[in-house]
Amino acid sequence: MTLAPAFFYLFAFVTVAAGFMVIAAKNPVHAVLFLILAFFNAAGLFVLLGAEFLAMILVVVYVGAVAVLFLFVVMMLDVDFAELRAGFMKNAPLGAFIGLILLAELVLVVGFQMVRPGALAAPSAPIPAPGSGITNAEAIGRVLYTKYVYYFQGAGLILLVAMIGAIVLTLRHKEGVKRQSIAAQVARGKKTAIDVVQVAPGAAIVPPARASQ
Amino acid sequence: MVEVWSWSEIWQGFLWPLLVMAFWSVLLLVVLLVVIAFLLLMDRKVWAAVQMRRGPNVVGPFGLLQSFADLLKFVLKEPLIPAGSDKGVFLLAPVVASVLALAAWAVIPVNEDGWGRWVISNLNVGILYLFAISSLGVYGVIMGGWASNSKYAFLGSLRSAAQMVSYEVSIGFVIITVLLCVGSLNMTDIVNAQKTGIGTRYGLPASALDWYWLALLPMFIVFFISALAETNRPPFDLPEAESELVAGFMVEYSSTPYLLFMLGEYVAITTMCALTTIMFLGGWLPPLSVAPLTWVPGIFWFVGKVVLVFFMFAMVKAFVPRYRYDQLMRLGWKVFLPLSLIMVVAVAGVLHVFDLAP
Repeated sequence: MTLAPAFFYLFAFVTVAAGFMVIAAKNPVHAVLFLILAFFNAAGLFVLLGAEFLAMILVVVYVGAVAVLFLFVVMMLDVDFAELRAGFMKNAPLGAFIGLILLAELVLVVGFQMVRPGALAAPSAPIPAPGSGITNAEAIGRVLYTKYVYYFQGAGLILLVAMIGAIVLTLRHKEGVKRQSIAAQVARGKKTAIDVVQVAPGAAIVPPARASQ
Repeated sequence: MVEVWSWSEIWQGFLWPLLVMAFWSVLLLVVLLVVIAFLLLMDRKVWAAVQMRRGPNVVGPFGLLQSFADLLKFVLKEPLIPAGSDKGVFLLAPVVASVLALAAWAVIPVNEDGWGRWVISNLNVGILYLFAISSLGVYGVIMGGWASNSKYAFLGSLRSAAQMVSYEVSIGFVIITVLLCVGSLNMTDIVNAQKTGIGTRYGLPASALDWYWLALLPMFIVFFISALAETNRPPFDLPEAESELVAGFMVEYSSTPYLLFMLGEYVAITTMCALTTIMFLGGWLPPLSVAPLTWVPGIFWFVGKVVLVFFMFAMVKAFVPRYRYDQLMRLGWKVFLPLSLIMVVAVAGVLHVFDLAP
């Protein structure tokens, strides 16, 4: 178990360094790659906390799907770096203001013991003891599908609405686009696919123009 | 407060566990890579046999050493780095591809018995780890395609990104169906759950009928085809379709970086074969639990089943023509996604109604 602190410092250091590089990197693609590194190390920290289920879900959802789409979009963008940096000084005060609010909130979160002592003392559901043989996938399932089932369903509904919204915004029926109809292709038989003609010797038959496909 | 650690504590706490971990990992990698060298040869031999050719037959007896000759050839050639490329990412991409593919093998159990250690890490969330790692395989491809600064490579990597993200969805649902039947995310538990099943329910001895390939037959087929697409194998090898994109995302690669990409690809294929074996073909369980078959150590059954699945991969490569891109997307989103979603609901319903859920 004494290996755990060494790995904690490794993951924590790389997470912070990668997080810094996300905003410091000049090339947006590099920034996204550093973001992925940060996600990955955060997953490592979850494993050290004993929350291996959350760690794997973090990797599957954020690294495996969300960041791929980020990378996809960023790679397709034609970014003009000079133009990107032009507005830096103009927007700096606003950025600093938002940063300050975030900093204050983070300080409050970290120092919550002073604001409300004993907030962690009573968890809303009993946490299974480490040796009880209950894996944390099971432990999460027990509270997620019983106590928090409505929140869970609500979150699912919001995602569904967002998904339908995205489809509605991008779905356009273009006129004049030829589409493949696999059913029609498979259903083609002898009658519809070939014409058998008897050609008399020395004669020629010009087939009638076929109705369009 | 400063703790002072003595050397023996540091040795026992840090160095010894690290050494043990390193030893097992290196042992696994060496065995795995040698096996893959021969699987690669088998792939080419099967392909050749279908086309009535001899295949590689010059290096060593029956061409057995061909893969090692190829390794030497790749390593000894000069790596070319295009002038317009992003050099760091260009060289990082093949390393990412091969390391991620190899990392998946940390949780794959190849046997279970009283003596010996048959898995590097017996994770409780083993199959989720495998799913996570295999979904990261796309990064090697995207990074390689983008960093090459070439249109063919970029097109190949865009195709690959869309393809792998699409087929991951149905692979995820297939894994969920298997997990519903097992009740655990642990890989060893998944195999052990297949000791009883359809066959034993009717009083037969434990046999191949108990494995999930029969109980979840549609899912087995969906998983096999999705595994082909996820690993960019023919007929779904559109990211590197040589007749359209030269060699897709690998077009600018040469020498050792190219070797690493190919290695990553074949390791990923072997991982998918092992995953198929564990989830649907009963892992290291013998096909029939009677005397002479149960004496055979489980590892032989496991390797035999992996080779069988790999043989199917090789045969598909040999006689199925390449898909068109829109057909590939149609198959993934309009056929496999609804089918696997319905199966998740159906399997959950059957398990609940007949009270079979673990």
